[in-house]
Amino acid sequence: MGFEQVYEYEDGKRDWGSFGLPREGTLAEQPSGGDVARADVPTCLLSDDLSEVRRRVRESGWDTCIVVNNGGVVLGRLGRKVIGSDDDQSLEEAMTEGPSTVRPSIRLDALLKRMQSNNLNSWLVTTPDGKLVGLVLRSQAEERLNSSTS
Amino acid sequence: MRSIRRDEVRQLLKEGAQLVEVLPHDEYEEEHIAGAINIPLKELNRETAMQLDRSRPVIVYCDDYQ
Repeated sequence: MGFEQVYEYEDGKRDWGSFGLPREGTLAEQPSGGDVARADVPTCLLSDDLSEVRRRVRESGWDTCIVVNNGGVVLGRLGRKVIGSDDDQSLEEAMTEGPSTVRPSIRLDALLKRMQSNNLNSWLVTTPDGKLVGLVLRSQAEERLNSSTS
Repeated sequence: MRSIRRDEVRQLLKEGAQLVEVLPHDEYEEEHIAGAINIPLKELNRETAMQLDRSRPVIVYCDDYQ
C-alpha cells in the first residue's frame, strides 16, 4: 500500500496499560490502581541500616516501607510491626519477601474488592518487570471511587 | 514489518509515528493506546489506509502478543 515504515508493537495494548502508559476509551476513563498509587511511599535498600530506616519512616508519618534494589525493583516490604518495633535484626531478616502486587492498569473497583476480601488496607502497584509504581491505600481507593460515582 | 517493543514505540511516537489499533471497533472503544486510530484488520485496505500519512511511520498493534 505504499508505506515504507510499518512496525508491529507485538506486546500490544495490554503491555502498554500494564506499565501505566496513557490510554483512552470507556474503560480507560474509569479510575485505575495506577491513578491512586502513592509514589511517595518510603523505600529503602537492603544495604540500609534498619534502625535508620525505622526513624526515617516514623518521621514521615508512614508505617510501612518498600524494599527495592538500585533499579527500583521491589524485593520486599517492612510492615507496621517491623517499623514500630526496635528489634535488633537485619533489614533482610525483617522484611517480608515477594509481596503481592498488581499492575497500574487494574481497575480500581476490582482492586478494592481484592483488598476487602483479603482484609488488607493497602496493595503494592508495580510494572510487569517489578518496578515500584506506588502503594494504593484502601481509604483513598474508597474515597476516589465514591467521588467518581457521585 | 518489523516487531518493536514498548520503548521503541514511545520513541517513534515522539518522532511523529501514527498508531493504528487493528482490533474490532467495540474493543477499540473500550480501551486503546492514547492517540491511536482504529482500522480493524478486516477493514484494512487501500481505501481505509488513505487516512494515514505515507510520509510518517505507522505502528500497528492489537491486544497482546499472539
